[in-house]
Amino acid sequence: MKPLIQQLAIVSGKGGTGKTSIAASLAKLAKKRIAVDCDVDASNMPIILPHTIIEEIPFFGEKKAFITEQCRGCGDCVIYCRFNAIKDFYTVEPMLCEGCAVCAMMCPHEAINMVDHQSGTLVVAQADSQPFLFAKMGIGEGNSGKLVTELRQKAKSIADEQDYDVIIIDGPPGIGCPVIASITGTSHVLIVTEPTIAGIHDLERIIQLTQHFRIQASVCINKCDISEQNTTLITDICNKYHIPIIGLIPYDKDFVKAQIAGKTVVEYSSGTAAKEIIKLWDTMQSILHAALIQNQND
Amino acid sequence: MQIAIASGKGGTGKTTISTALAYYSSRFQPTALLDCDVEEPDANLLLKINVENTYPVNVLIPQVDMDVCTGCGKCQKACQYNAMVLIKAKPLLLPELCHSCGGCYLACPERAIKEVSRPIGNIEIGNNNNLFYAAGILNIGEHIATPLIDEVKKEHRHASVRIIDAPPGSSCSVIHAMEHSDFVILVAEPTPFGLHDVSLAYHVAKSLSIQCGIVINNMVEEYEPLLTFIHNENIPLLATIPHDINIAKSTTHDNLIDYLISHYSQHIQKIYEFCTNRVLL
Repeated sequence: MKPLIQQLAIVSGKGGTGKTSIAASLAKLAKKRIAVDCDVDASNMPIILPHTIIEEIPFFGEKKAFITEQCRGCGDCVIYCRFNAIKDFYTVEPMLCEGCAVCAMMCPHEAINMVDHQSGTLVVAQADSQPFLFAKMGIGEGNSGKLVTELRQKAKSIADEQDYDVIIIDGPPGIGCPVIASITGTSHVLIVTEPTIAGIHDLERIIQLTQHFRIQASVCINKCDISEQNTTLITDICNKYHIPIIGLIPYDKDFVKAQIAGKTVVEYSSGTAAKEIIKLWDTMQSILHAALIQNQND
Repeated sequence: MQIAIASGKGGTGKTTISTALAYYSSRFQPTALLDCDVEEPDANLLLKINVENTYPVNVLIPQVDMDVCTGCGKCQKACQYNAMVLIKAKPLLLPELCHSCGGCYLACPERAIKEVSRPIGNIEIGNNNNLFYAAGILNIGEHIATPLIDEVKKEHRHASVRIIDAPPGSSCSVIHAMEHSDFVILVAEPTPFGLHDVSLAYHVAKSLSIQCGIVINNMVEEYEPLLTFIHNENIPLLATIPHDINIAKSTTHDNLIDYLISHYSQHIQKIYEFCTNRVLL
């Protein structure tokens, strides 16, 4: 039997800690991998992973209500809609409509249809001759969790057809719906944090989220040299939750320079930060390997 | 006057600028800082306002009376979110997926469903003289943040200036945080990621017909494409704040607001004056 493919999600809680730079670097270092950018709200991995697009698949989120000419203006829909999505004179504000279809169900004149609504596009591409998946979400759309789930299913189906070792997932910031959709069912979560008070606060919440869903996690501290004091505090938190710290990356302007050059840090630079990322990937490979063996024994 | 601070990308300095602006504005009038980044609320780490009250925010979820339920499955059909599943002709709710639309409750022909409250997070409030603070804190494991954002925005309505710290991204949470604002301040990092994401936040504001101004933060070197974007879209540039390792370091201590006010008072004043002039006109 073909072994289950390993899935590694990179998340951070706080934004701007270096998630995408590190995730793209790992995708560059991995030999047989599928890379997936699950930050569908603000997808940045394509900027530093040069790619060719193979296929674009429209993504339909929830349907939207549409009021037809049969409307007699009774106003029932306005009363029943809990999202304040139906404005005066009976037009639907698509940004507020969550597609619940209560208005269509309750309309006495059957004047409301639920229509398909394309809320984004799923893109299948190739980067370094290996699969790279990302998405373009429409402005202000809901349903990013569902789009993340579809991206991951697509990655899984590619992995089922061909032989890959790992799916590398770049997750969104926060702890809500698209983050949950990015980490559920993964083999391991890498949390990228930074030694600032916001970084520490958000780290604790994302650790709690991984433990809530019983997913193994480890931590990498980016810009670790900007505050020794806070790096110590992070170490204490990780000890408290029994989470290993597997990477210490110093502050390095090459992160931004690499971005401007449209490259990953490990390609662009041979500085300390790039070397630390390479070390991080070595450690991560052993962690994933151990997780695989444990999985097979279970 | 309500001003929302957004950026698309995380970590560009939204919270730093929101709190400094609120602090500055509170010298002149009652000002509220509403932290709508409910997944990772960080504003009070900088403001250090004493929290006087914390209360839960609830959403409605259905509760089925199994003695009355006939297992007809109409509730499951009505639910567009797959939150109601039928197991052996009995409905089972997956509460995290429920959008509280009331569809199942309305669809049940036996009136076997009633709606009950379920907490999704908390709101904490407090104030320090003229500076009022409220934040939403989403419970760990919750999927849907928008009802909590809407509740935070109901706080401190009396304040003459209301500053909203919006979440990163460009989806429904950002819409809920931004809507009904008079002005949006975009905080952009002069990098390719920063430009890509700030243009998304800009388009969210545009779709809500809200005027924007932009602040370039954390500037190491000029990034030409960002300036071209600002020029082409004709967005007023309110301030450019240089990269300053002390800002990053200060966030590691407790004195960031003091540091900003003493070193960047001109920048903050410029942002403040532009907003007040623009909105009052």
